[in-house]
Amino acid sequence: MSELETAQKPSNPAVWNDPKYRALFFQTALIVGLVYFLYSVVNNTLSNMEARGISTGFAFLTEKAGFGILQSLIQFNEDSSYGRTFLVGLMNTGLVAVLGIFLATLLGFGMGVARLSSNWLIAKLATVYIEIFRNIPLLLQIFFWYFAVLAGLPSPRNSMSLGAGIEFNIRGLYLPGPIPESGFSITVIAFIIGFIAMLFMRRWAHKRQDETGQQFPVGWVTLGLLIGFPFFVFLLSGMPMGIEYPVLTGFNFSGGIALVPELLALVLALTIYTGAFIAETVRAGILAVDHGQTEASLALGLKRSQLMKLVIIPQAMRVIIPPLTSQYLNLTKNSSLATAIGYPDLVNVFMGTTLNQTGQAIEITAMTMAVYLTASLLISSLMNWYNKKMALVER
Amino acid sequence: MSAEHVIELNGVHKWYGEFHVLKDINLTVEKGERIVICGPSGSGKSTAIRCINHLEEHQRGQIIVDGTELTGDLKHIEQVRKEVGMVFQHFNLFPHLSIIENLTLAPIWVKKVTKAEAEETAMKYLERVKIPEQAFKYPGQLSGGQQQRVAIARSLCMNPKVMLFDEPTSALDPEMISEVLDVMIELAEDGMTMICVTHEMGFAKKVANRVIFMDQGEIVEENEPNEFFNNPQNERTQMFLSQIIQH
Amino acid sequence: MSVNHVKGPDLPPPNSEVGIAGWMKKNLFSSYANGFMSLVAILLIVLLVPPLIDWAFWSATWTGETRADCDQDGGACWVFIANRIDQIMYGFYPAELHWRPNLTGLGLIALTIPFFIKSFKYKNWLGAFILIVYPFIAYVLIHGGSFGLEVVSTTKWGGLMLTLILSAVGIVASLPIGILLALGRRSKMPMFKSVCIMYIEFWRGIPLITVLFMASVMLPLFFPEGSDFDKLLRALIGITMFQSAYMAEVVRGGLQAIPKGQYEAAEALGLNYPKSMGLIILPQALKLVIPGIVNTFIALFKDTTLVLIIGLFDLLAIINLALTDSDWLGFDDEGYVFAAFVFWVFCFAMSRYSIALEAKLHTGHKR
Repeated sequence: MSELETAQKPSNPAVWNDPKYRALFFQTALIVGLVYFLYSVVNNTLSNMEARGISTGFAFLTEKAGFGILQSLIQFNEDSSYGRTFLVGLMNTGLVAVLGIFLATLLGFGMGVARLSSNWLIAKLATVYIEIFRNIPLLLQIFFWYFAVLAGLPSPRNSMSLGAGIEFNIRGLYLPGPIPESGFSITVIAFIIGFIAMLFMRRWAHKRQDETGQQFPVGWVTLGLLIGFPFFVFLLSGMPMGIEYPVLTGFNFSGGIALVPELLALVLALTIYTGAFIAETVRAGILAVDHGQTEASLALGLKRSQLMKLVIIPQAMRVIIPPLTSQYLNLTKNSSLATAIGYPDLVNVFMGTTLNQTGQAIEITAMTMAVYLTASLLISSLMNWYNKKMALVER
Repeated sequence: MSAEHVIELNGVHKWYGEFHVLKDINLTVEKGERIVICGPSGSGKSTAIRCINHLEEHQRGQIIVDGTELTGDLKHIEQVRKEVGMVFQHFNLFPHLSIIENLTLAPIWVKKVTKAEAEETAMKYLERVKIPEQAFKYPGQLSGGQQQRVAIARSLCMNPKVMLFDEPTSALDPEMISEVLDVMIELAEDGMTMICVTHEMGFAKKVANRVIFMDQGEIVEENEPNEFFNNPQNERTQMFLSQIIQH
Repeated sequence: MSVNHVKGPDLPPPNSEVGIAGWMKKNLFSSYANGFMSLVAILLIVLLVPPLIDWAFWSATWTGETRADCDQDGGACWVFIANRIDQIMYGFYPAELHWRPNLTGLGLIALTIPFFIKSFKYKNWLGAFILIVYPFIAYVLIHGGSFGLEVVSTTKWGGLMLTLILSAVGIVASLPIGILLALGRRSKMPMFKSVCIMYIEFWRGIPLITVLFMASVMLPLFFPEGSDFDKLLRALIGITMFQSAYMAEVVRGGLQAIPKGQYEAAEALGLNYPKSMGLIILPQALKLVIPGIVNTFIALFKDTTLVLIIGLFDLLAIINLALTDSDWLGFDDEGYVFAAFVFWVFCFAMSRYSIALEAKLHTGHKR
């Protein structure tokens, strides 16, 4: 018999002192408490709703909406269903988010790099921009653009013509709209060919550099393939594109692409506000890269452009991307402030008008929140995956 | 402008704003010479060697490296940096690249050699610094001494004519200092021209042709090691030497 | 060599290095590209800044009684603001009772002064008093109902006062909840951990507007019929729950920064969970995250403007209201610029404070 078998096992503690049982007890208490709480809330809600004559269920989604929407990316009129209002609102939110994210990224990166410029004046101006617009509430900025600035534009009859058929007045910004004609598909095909060619070219250039050491101007050729080549084909095929110019008919413009002032004010404010935060994120990312990296690279003879591309930016992006995606999410959530100026985003159209008309607060709120939550959780998981993948390998 | 001098500093002055950090530095280095520069912190010794590859810019005087004068001209600067290698106190390896990628980056992008050639050179120098098995690891996985040896190999891959060392062992734990010094001694014995800013006096005694003492921006004393350590002439030199713990 | 080396003189730098010429060369015109950008920037400044300053200061009207007093030649009409300053500051709070919120505010400022005195020994007690006891005192003072003070219903609260109340209550109330959530999230008990994670991710994933809508519209439904819910209270509950999720993340950062050795030492000394957290870990963690808490406060301060949408009259809403007054139409610029200025001053000052704090705490912790 081995010593191990005859050795005494430590005696079991009393149940109430055993950490395992205590843990179990506390957790059970938590679950019971939560369940009770949720149960009473649901109970109250159902009885309250019954008392007020509010129906439940999702049947309302198929009912006729009976109201118009200021701007819609898909067909919508008063006969459309409430379900369709959800889609319109969702797409409008998406539109604002995409435009906002794109523009804010450009502005933010530009300002962030400018803040680090060796040019004192440029750096100071960037700082002023960042410190001013970060510290003023977004809603106030939206109001400013919408009520103070855009409301001062002339009426359509006195519209400001900005050249190339662009009209700017109190009803919105009107851009000439392209109307592809029958031969346009050739240009589209040319673009696709250019894109595929670019992918092959990049691989070939990389291989060539490995084998012969010679460098190829990949950047310029990419530009040529994606823009120059399709444009060339466009010209050759006789420019098969009509332009619909906005034309003053009656009291307003019609034709072309109309950007309503609500959309302009919202995107402008979101871009400028979020851009300031992105600028700080970019600045922090670039500063996070040790100056010694720059010194070592320069000492090895790398040019400034190579230093940026090969050493600084890869390391800076690691630090920039997580808070950057956080800013993108903030921008998307902040787009809900559209309600304040009447832009028909998801919250305004669905959680606002539709909720008012149907009274079905629970279902509508749940659907709206589900949209934002899904977006948040998706982006968060993507970011966690990215972080794990890009983590610096250490001991 | 003799082509025999690999490095020539004539009447070099530098200011940081109002502060006169380098005062009338005159120095010539022949091929194959090993120079050690020592001095108290703030004496300008790091600044001086950083001027040689234009990491710092001098305001007065001439700096000529292998026949090329260092002015503001980008072409000259690039030419000089190809011929001069530098090893830093804090290694400055690229953490997002593997060891072998660290070594092949500059040859591929600056000297435009093929990938195969660059990797061959890299492995050769990794063997020279005695850590070829670390080629595919990342800097974060290596010890300080190993990282510094990789840094030396990285500079060597560019086949420089001169190697500059800026306090290469000051950031290392004591037990790793000798592995780096051994590599530097071998390099010296193979005929590499080097200028080394260091406190390691044992290394200076073993390897240096000349020891230079700098203080408050000037070259105070310059002599061959024996004379320098046993017979310091200037009292500032004497004071400095008495404060250094000999290895 | 160099036997009698005499220390050389400190020479002055060449002209191109110092003085205005040197500074301009290095900072503005170091290259052609930089020089060009500098000129463009100077042009922009010259075009934009003087007209702005002229509008806001030189040509502006500062005193007067009615709209007619304002110059018609394009300067800002600050009379508009001055005329309604009471409403902007206190909302609809009765003018003769303004001393009550004033007293509350001054009292708070007076209470925070001892924090800046290094030798003051009771900082922890003072902090606890301000966070736990003072809110009740403030409520009694501003709302009334006891000690012979007349009741001022919350529907009358507004303006800058309301903005400050919303922010302050939001932060103070969300802090304890946030601490519990952060502890729960780090718990080894899977149920607590999951519930806390779910709570935090939920509130962080939805926009504040939906929270306010929900609080405003749905909260009454959750509770038994007949319970009357003060509108301000609904907003505060929504704000608190929303903020507590962000606060939880801030506190979690602090808890993570405490070295494992502290937890182990506390355990080794025989302290149980509540004691080790309360006496050892949390005091250190909370001190570390004060800058983070200030940042959260700044964000909340800006977010309070959203209550406009559910019908509460914070500073921005009051300004909006003032702009609809038929006697004073068309002063949108003045109104919004003034509001922007007030918010900016508060937020900028707080962010500077946060940065200074962070620098101080960083050097302290960098053992």
